[in-house]
Amino acid sequence: MESDRLQKLYIDFASVVFREGFLDNQYTQLQQLQDESEPKFVLQVGTLFLEDSGKLINGLRSILDQQDVDFEKLDACVRKLMGSSASIGARRVKNVCMAFHNSCKKGSKEGCLKCLQQVAQEYLLVKRKLETLFKLETQILAAGGSVPLLSQ
Amino acid sequence: MNWFIDAQIMEQKTGYLSDKSNLWLELLKKFSIKDWKNNLCNRLFGSKKVRGTWWRKLLLLWIIGWFLGSLWIFWFMNSQAVEKRREMLASMCDERARMLQDQFNVSMNHLQALAILISTFHHAKDPSAIDQITFARYAERTAFERPLTSGVAYAVKVLRSEREQFEKQQGWKIKRMDSTEQPPAREEDADLENRDEYAPVIFAQDTYRHVISFDMLTGKEDRENILRARESGKGVLTAPFRLLKSRRLGVILTYAVYKSELTSKATPAERIQAAIGYLGGIFDVEALVDKLLHQLACKHSMMVNVYDKTNPDEPIIMYGSNMTNVGLYHISTLNFGDPIRKHEMHCRFKQKSPLPWLAITTSIGTLVIALLVGYIFHATVSRIAKVEDDYRQMMELKGRAETADVAKSQFLATVSHEIRTPMNGVLGMLQMLMDTDLDITQEDYVRTAQASGKALVSLINEVLDQAKIESGKLELEAVPFDLRAVLDDILSLFYGKAQEKGLELAVYVSDQVPDVLVGDHGRIRQIITNLIGNSIKFTERGHIYLTVHIFEEVLNSLDKEVEVHSTDTLCGFPVANRRRSWESFKNFKLELPASDPSLLSTSSNHINLIISVEDTGVGIPLEAQSRVFTPFMQVGPSISRIHGGTGIGLSISKCLVGLMKGEIGFVSQPQIGSTFTFTVVLTRACTNSNEYKSSEFHGMIALVVDHRPARAKVTKYHLQRLGVNAILEIDPNQVLSRLTSGTSTINMVLVEKETWSKDSSIWPFIISKLKGNQLDIPKILLLANPTSSVKNNASSSMEYISTIITKPLRASMLQVSLRRAMGCGDGEHSRNGRLPQLSLRGLLHEKQILVVDDNIVNLRVAFGALKKYGAEVTCAESGKKAIGMLKPPHKFDACFMDIQMPEMDGFEATKRIREMEADINKQIECREVPVETFENVLHWHVPILAMTADVIQATHEECLRCGMDGYVSKPFEGEQLYREVTRFFKQPQKRIDNEVKC
Repeated sequence: MESDRLQKLYIDFASVVFREGFLDNQYTQLQQLQDESEPKFVLQVGTLFLEDSGKLINGLRSILDQQDVDFEKLDACVRKLMGSSASIGARRVKNVCMAFHNSCKKGSKEGCLKCLQQVAQEYLLVKRKLETLFKLETQILAAGGSVPLLSQ
Repeated sequence: MNWFIDAQIMEQKTGYLSDKSNLWLELLKKFSIKDWKNNLCNRLFGSKKVRGTWWRKLLLLWIIGWFLGSLWIFWFMNSQAVEKRREMLASMCDERARMLQDQFNVSMNHLQALAILISTFHHAKDPSAIDQITFARYAERTAFERPLTSGVAYAVKVLRSEREQFEKQQGWKIKRMDSTEQPPAREEDADLENRDEYAPVIFAQDTYRHVISFDMLTGKEDRENILRARESGKGVLTAPFRLLKSRRLGVILTYAVYKSELTSKATPAERIQAAIGYLGGIFDVEALVDKLLHQLACKHSMMVNVYDKTNPDEPIIMYGSNMTNVGLYHISTLNFGDPIRKHEMHCRFKQKSPLPWLAITTSIGTLVIALLVGYIFHATVSRIAKVEDDYRQMMELKGRAETADVAKSQFLATVSHEIRTPMNGVLGMLQMLMDTDLDITQEDYVRTAQASGKALVSLINEVLDQAKIESGKLELEAVPFDLRAVLDDILSLFYGKAQEKGLELAVYVSDQVPDVLVGDHGRIRQIITNLIGNSIKFTERGHIYLTVHIFEEVLNSLDKEVEVHSTDTLCGFPVANRRRSWESFKNFKLELPASDPSLLSTSSNHINLIISVEDTGVGIPLEAQSRVFTPFMQVGPSISRIHGGTGIGLSISKCLVGLMKGEIGFVSQPQIGSTFTFTVVLTRACTNSNEYKSSEFHGMIALVVDHRPARAKVTKYHLQRLGVNAILEIDPNQVLSRLTSGTSTINMVLVEKETWSKDSSIWPFIISKLKGNQLDIPKILLLANPTSSVKNNASSSMEYISTIITKPLRASMLQVSLRRAMGCGDGEHSRNGRLPQLSLRGLLHEKQILVVDDNIVNLRVAFGALKKYGAEVTCAESGKKAIGMLKPPHKFDACFMDIQMPEMDGFEATKRIREMEADINKQIECREVPVETFENVLHWHVPILAMTADVIQATHEECLRCGMDGYVSKPFEGEQLYREVTRFFKQPQKRIDNEVKC
């Protein structure tokens, strides 16, 4: 059956994503929040996260592009990104954010730039993963199956 | 040092005696003993060079001192010997002189007696009673009385006028005595004729008969003698001369014979007048002394000379040969009764004095001893110096080695770190490359590259760890953590690998282990991951079993453990060492008395955990077991080729365990398996937060059917974590009776897949029986290994099974599975199972909740979560907005506030809100404003819960200080939310009630 195949594909892909640490438990928690009343909750939150984070990263970049870096402002942005990535369960983004946060505290522009690069990279990666997951989810839903619950 | 001081005193003594005494006194002044000690100390720790010269000077002084000392000893002893010899010589000489003198005196006395005899019998009688023959015979017969005289003769005084008469009377002519005796010269009678008086010899001993008729006054010596004798009235001696006949040295003693008795006061003239004759005795000195010496035993050892020293410038030798003036001699004066004549006796030893061997040996011996002592001293000092030098050198080398080691570690750390950063880039890019459209070959390449990259990164991480540990930079964290959750995480990490190999993976944590411990969970995770990783690598079949106990528990159950049957293991395979085998157990027992009482009795806050990882793998070859913990050492070179890895993991684990004040050990039996066990000391946390204890399954009862008790224990452990009471049943045949006869309702039955398959036929019977009994049919859950293909085997009885739970069991997974299984059951059970969620729903249903967060994602998530529980959620993006919305009167029942927000953070916002509320409450109290304006609420206090990402104590306190009512961690977790909400929703209501009553 198409939906079975898709479900298997979905599980396989998700397990890889989890194993490689792109996403963590929080994502499954989000999934659990999704029910009949809000069938597209995860999709909504995920999209929101991706949009928001993209903006935040651009914001970070522009702050760091300036001659005099306002580390406090930078840190606030980083915290925001950290918070949202924690909410969605994007673990690797969150981890890099923590390093970024430390660099901010130290006031090392070099470290911040490095972290920004990593954040951007991780963001791109998790974006791709999430988009794939969402694509699969919609396909599963379209095929008449239900999105399997992910444990871990 | 004692000997040294003694030696110095000795030296001081000798030095004192020698002429070095001044120098020594100075030295002593310089270094009085006290100073000396200080000095010594200073020297010991002072610079080497100074010390060296000082010792050398002392040594030189010592040697010189003792050299002088031994010289003095020699001189002293030698002089004593010489003195003794001299004394001996003197006494011997004196003895001889005295004897000679005595004998001489005896002879003299006898001569005197003879003189008196003559005066009595020759002169006093007329005619004379003595003639030559009588005299000779008498003299001969009394010779023994005069041992020193060889002969005696008597001459009478004949005046010139009486000569002729006398000659006539005697019948011979007075003859002149010549120095040259033979032939007697008659021609010189003329001289004889001219003399006033004559002293012809009339009597003589037979041996000296030839002197009869000789005029004694003509002999030079005799004449002088006679003259002196008659003047003094005493015995008078001549100077020694050659005797006429024997040609030997002799002296003549002459006594004057007086006509009448004379007083002692008689003048010389009177004496001359009174003299009528002269008695002469010849002393053959040479013979006499010889005789005398013969009488004394040690004649041969001595040489005796007798001198006439009347003229001190020209001593006349009387006895003995001319002797050389060398060597020791002694002079004794001889008194022969003649005051004019002076005689001396010179004695000396015949042999030269022997070498003073005693003195020589003693002094040389002393010198040798002193030199030896000096040598020992020198050797000691130089040895000490050498050892010190070596030590210094060693210290220097050690320092260099240490710095080199540190440098190495730092280098490793730096390089590893520097490699890691670009590697992350490489890996990230590879990952991105993977996501692009690739054909199969390309994807394979990329995957290989990525795998290699990951391997490299993990290797670098390990090396970095090792380097960190070696350079002592690794510091352990002390954060509260849930050990069980950590272990679950680890299990899930290995889930894939275990599945691939078909291994059973299980964890068991003793219920005595506290829920929350304080320690470095990351490092514990690292150790366990390492051990399990190794186990998985080397295990092809069977199981890997991770157990955690606390120390006392293991000790108490030791006796029982021993008797555990060998097949009673997790998967039925024999286990290497039957859990904690004797060998590893012994280790702990050894460790126990040392660490245990101090750690456990003094502070109960410390928890000593024993964590072991048991596998049924190939085991470690016996010969390799000794170097298991050596870095980069693997069992064989082929291992890394087959299984990969660097062999650094166990070494790191050992270091980490050491840092956690624990020990690691293992037991391994080839082809059976290995068990690695380690202990760590952790702190008990004061908070208790088991996220699963308050789960919806709390109070439920489960029947676990498994024919392997060990495995059943694991299942029971996991169930208990969810608050489910588990009953174990080994025999499937007993299940029915258990289910029906038990007093309490059993909510679920968990059947091990293996047990199920073994007696699969019995299950349909049980189920039908249960159904027939119209009992609440408990849910039947199957516990299956991921490998055993569930569908094929169990298809026959699948319809009875609610859910298949795939092992390894983990709390979260079990919870989800149970929830799924129980959720689709009938109403009663579902209500039971969903209790917390429902209560949360009940609590939050239609509650007005304000969520404040600047992060729209967070806001959305919180919104979703709270909405799920039926709450009416309003969102606010900033603290300011929230203050505006929370200005009483408002409709909100609670507020969830993010702490970190730009412009105004959560703390600040809360403070403002609380101030605002206080203000209004005051107004209400004072009736300044009607209560109705504020919807009849007497006391405004909206529960504000902080949403924080980091749940640390400080933040918690900060929250309370600002007037918050609690906090929930972000992102939301159902259980925590429930707990907090129950606390803060029920309380305010009560408070309001109370206030209303008031």
